[in-house]
Amino acid sequence: MNAIMTEKTNETKTEASPSEKYKLHAKNVNVYYGDFQAIKDISMNIKPKSITAFIGPSGCGKSTFIRLFNRMNDYVDDFKMEGKIKIDDTNIYGKKTQVEELRKEVGMVFQKPNPFPKSIFENVAYGLKIQGIKDKELIAQRVEKALVQADLWNEVKDNLNKSALALSGGQQQRLCIARTLAVEPSILLMDEPTSALDPISTAKIEELIHHLKEFYTIIIVTHNMQQASRISDYTAFFYMGELIEFDKTKKIFTNPEKKQTENYITGRFG
Amino acid sequence: MKVKEKIIEFILKLCASITIFTTIGIIVVLLFESISFFRTVSIFEFLTDTQWTPLFSEKHFGILALVSGTFLTAAIAIAVALPIGLTIAIYLNMYAPKSFRKTLKPFLEILAAIPTVVYGFFALSVVTPFLQTIYPDLETFNSLSAGIVMGIMIIPFISSLSEDALYAVPKSLKLAAFGMGSTRFQTAFKVMVPAASSGIIVSIILAISRAIGETMIVAIAAGQQAQFTLNPTIPIQTITSYIVQVSSGDAPQGSLEYKTIFAAGLTLFLFTFTLNSISFWIKKKYQEKYE
Repeated sequence: MNAIMTEKTNETKTEASPSEKYKLHAKNVNVYYGDFQAIKDISMNIKPKSITAFIGPSGCGKSTFIRLFNRMNDYVDDFKMEGKIKIDDTNIYGKKTQVEELRKEVGMVFQKPNPFPKSIFENVAYGLKIQGIKDKELIAQRVEKALVQADLWNEVKDNLNKSALALSGGQQQRLCIARTLAVEPSILLMDEPTSALDPISTAKIEELIHHLKEFYTIIIVTHNMQQASRISDYTAFFYMGELIEFDKTKKIFTNPEKKQTENYITGRFG
Repeated sequence: MKVKEKIIEFILKLCASITIFTTIGIIVVLLFESISFFRTVSIFEFLTDTQWTPLFSEKHFGILALVSGTFLTAAIAIAVALPIGLTIAIYLNMYAPKSFRKTLKPFLEILAAIPTVVYGFFALSVVTPFLQTIYPDLETFNSLSAGIVMGIMIIPFISSLSEDALYAVPKSLKLAAFGMGSTRFQTAFKVMVPAASSGIIVSIILAISRAIGETMIVAIAAGQQAQFTLNPTIPIQTITSYIVQVSSGDAPQGSLEYKTIFAAGLTLFLFTFTLNSISFWIKKKYQEKYE
C-alpha cells in the first residue's frame, strides 16, 4: 500500500514540472523480443520543437526505440515493453490508448520511400480520408499545404493525378513526408529517411527537416554522422540497447563525456 | 558416360514434350470433329438457336441453351465463393495470428481435395432438400444448389491465390498505412486490396474458369435438361454435363449426336482458354509493374 502511495506522489511530481518543458518523456524503458533484451533501462526527455538525432551502430536499439513512440513495435512477434512513455503527459502504453489516434499525433517517415500505389493527390489525402473528412475543398487545401510544407508542391502541382510511383526516390520520400504532415501531427519520427537517397535528394530533405522544426518535434534515426551534426539540436548515442550519452549535438560532437561516444563519432568502430 | 547423359536428357525432353503433344492432339481432334459437325449444322444456327435437342427426334443445335446453364451455375458459384474467399484471404493476411494461419490454410485446401462427385451428391441430397424447406417450389434438380456447392468447392482457389497476392504486397505499404493511423480494416480495404487487385482478379478469373469446367456437381445436381434460362430453381444442363450424358450414352461413333460433344467441347475450351489467357496476361503485366 505504502509503495503504491509513494509511486503515485512521485508520478505527480514528475508530471507537474516537465509538462511545459518536455514533449516526449521516456522512463526506465526496457524492451524484449522474446529472450533478447533490445532496450536496457532507457530514460529520456525530449523538448518540443527540437530535432533529436538517434545514432549508433546497427542493432544498437535506436530503431526499436524510435518505434516505441508510435507503437509500431506492437506488430513484432514476442515484443514486450516495460516502463513508461508519455507524450504531453499522456501515457501512450496505457489501457485507454487508441493506437490509431496516437499515430495521427505521431507521424512516421520510413527508411525506404513507401508511397501507396495511388495518385500523388490520393497519397497525401489518405490520412484525411481515413479520418472521415469528406469536405473536398478542405482536403484539397490541406493536400496543397502539406505538399508546400514538404517542398514538393512546385514539382507536382500540375500532375497531382499522376501515380506516386512515377516520382523519383527523393520526390517519393518528400511525398511520404507530405502524407504524414497532412494529418497535422505534432511529432515526426524519421527512421533513416535519407539512407536510400542520393546526395542531392538528401540535402533537400535535410533542409526540409530544418524548416519543419518550427512546427514539429522531430526525432531522426541516422547512420550518417555528418547528418546528425548538421541538422539536430540533440543527439542520443545508443550502443547495445543502452543509451550511452544524450546531450546537445554540439557537445556530443566536440566534447563527448564518454569514451565510447567519442570512439563511435570519430569512426573508430561501428 | 556421355551416352548415358544423352539418354537421360532425351527422356526428360520426351516427358516435357508429352504434355505439349497431348494438348495439341486434343485441340486437333476437337477442331477436326467440330469442322465435320459444322458441315451439317450451320454456325449461325449453333450460335443463335436457343434450343439444344440433338438427342430428340426434332433436333435443335443452339449452344446458348447449354451456355446459359453453364454461366448460371458459374455465376452462382462465384457469388458464393468471392465474398467468402476474399474475406478469408483478408482475415488470414491482416487479422489471424500466425499459428492459426498455419492451421487454417491446409484445412481450406482440404476443401479442394474432396472428390467433386461427393460434392455433387451433397448438393443433391443435402443442400437441395434444405433449400426446399425455405423455398418449396425449388425443383429436385436445379442450378441453385449445384452453384452454391460449386462455390464452396472453389473457395480455396480464391482465398489461397488472393492471400498469396496480399502477401506479395510490400510490407512497407502495410507499415505506412498503420503508421498513418489506419485501422486494420482501413489498411486492408484502402491499401492492401487495391495494391493486390491484379492478383485478386487473377484468382477470380481462374475460379470462374474452374467453375465453367466443373462437371460432376452439375451433372449430378443440376439436371439434364438444356434450357435457355436464368431461372436458378429449375433443371438446366451445362456444357460439361451434356458431354457426360452423351459420352456415357450410346450415341454411335461418327453420328451427328456424337459430333455435338466435340462442338460443345470446343466451345468450352474457347471459354476457359480465353479466361486463362486473360489471367496470364494480367499476371505478366502486374509483374512488370512491380519490377
